[in-house]
Amino acid sequence: MKLSAKHLLGIKHLTPGDIQLILSTAAQFKEVLQRPVKKVPSLRDITIVNLFYENSTRTRISFELAEKRLSADVLNFTASASSAAKGETLLDTVNNILSMKVDMVVMRHSASGAPHFLAQHIPAAIINAGDGINEHPTQALLDAFSMQEKFGKLEGLKVAIIGDIMHSRVALSNMYLLRKMGAEVTVVGPPTLIPPYLAEALDVRVEYNLVRALKWCDVANVLRIQLERQNQPLFSSLREYNLAYGIKQSTLQRLDKEIVIMHPGPINRGVELDSDVADGPHSIILQQVENGVAVRMAALYLLAGREVEG
Amino acid sequence: MDSSVPGSVLPNQLRNSGGDCVCLRETNYFYQNFQLKTILTAQQVSLTCKRLAHQVLENHPGLDNTVIIGLQPRGIFFSNRIVDVLRQLTGQGVTYGQLDITFYRDDVRKSLHIANTTNIPFGIENKKVILVDDVLYTGRTIRAALDALLDFGRPAGVSLCVLIDRRFSRELPIQPDYTGKVIDTIVSQRVKVAWTENEGSDEVILLDN
Repeated sequence: MKLSAKHLLGIKHLTPGDIQLILSTAAQFKEVLQRPVKKVPSLRDITIVNLFYENSTRTRISFELAEKRLSADVLNFTASASSAAKGETLLDTVNNILSMKVDMVVMRHSASGAPHFLAQHIPAAIINAGDGINEHPTQALLDAFSMQEKFGKLEGLKVAIIGDIMHSRVALSNMYLLRKMGAEVTVVGPPTLIPPYLAEALDVRVEYNLVRALKWCDVANVLRIQLERQNQPLFSSLREYNLAYGIKQSTLQRLDKEIVIMHPGPINRGVELDSDVADGPHSIILQQVENGVAVRMAALYLLAGREVEG
Repeated sequence: MDSSVPGSVLPNQLRNSGGDCVCLRETNYFYQNFQLKTILTAQQVSLTCKRLAHQVLENHPGLDNTVIIGLQPRGIFFSNRIVDVLRQLTGQGVTYGQLDITFYRDDVRKSLHIANTTNIPFGIENKKVILVDDVLYTGRTIRAALDALLDFGRPAGVSLCVLIDRRFSRELPIQPDYTGKVIDTIVSQRVKVAWTENEGSDEVILLDN
């Protein structure tokens, strides 16, 4: 058994079987991470470059740790400190790196589709670590892993994705994944932050009222307002956003049930999530980060383990 | 032709068991392409498990400082039986874990293997470890198991217990300490160990094509 795709460019290209395979392999890696020696020799002969054309804390550290736990050799590339600042093209940069015998590329880029473009031109396996407003597949996989761990299954689970749906690659990957695995999805946010025709295109429900969505859901996946991607005013102020869509302890107390709070990070405290909720007992935000390493180990392992040609 | 080794048997001396392995032939089309010969019947498997458990007890009286670790996936069926017998014989609990070696394999880039669960909820530091697997063939699985095991701590000693030893097929210098049955096989032959939980009955079969 192996993945149907050669690259992990997005959840859109994965089958439910692929997703299940990654999640079940991640569960075994999570056990590895509890051992006295948290390292296995699986990718000893593999070199991986982390190409980060956009800022990142969690994803980059998580990928680097996952690669090191698998015994791979790791190269780190940060665009701001490289020849990209001197005008080198993406393809030139990558081809130069690959000529030094690198096997896999983990890439984050602010342009949507950058890893898809690269996949057409280079032989190495590519993992998308976030491209513009398109997809962030490993985040969706670790969100799904965390939900499965908490609830035992994904099928039939009611998930509300709250916030900047239009600019969030996490939202898009999550919607693809949850629908493929049989979960129900409602997206919540101000009308200006939800793309038109989303409900029809992805078979999700759209809700503009936060409390109604929270009353419906089992899990609330709260997203950050991506001010860096908004080049026009889409709501009046962060304070007003917080009043309408920010999740507060008082909001949760008014619900007649308990829901799980997730957030992909980084959190803007006091905007989409108040501190007492983010640090509260229903939040699994730090478990998400912990599971991220195991899920990324699974993705790297399954892509590197493909059969060599010839 | 080394008939002096106890328990050794050559393929051409094996009786053709005919109807004995019906369960496999009926349940799996794959096996219809092979000639099947029974090496051990259900009764013999049961006796062998008991003998091996006794031999383990001879060397590890009381099992005080000894842990049993079965290898995933198919060694577990065998180690479950050994542990059952050990529990009956000693009348007390046996420290028993399961180890999956998928991430320690040396052929990751040739073929992808799906991982199974590792469950070793105890320390192995300074313990005497008995690794249990169903068939010892090239020795590569045991090599990987030793690597995996040492990541859990530094055992006082490791020994190996197998149901079937495919002698003369080794690619690494690894030998068992407790052997159910030694058989001489060639590469094109296969050994299938069937278990009640999985295949419907306990049986060891040689597949010849």
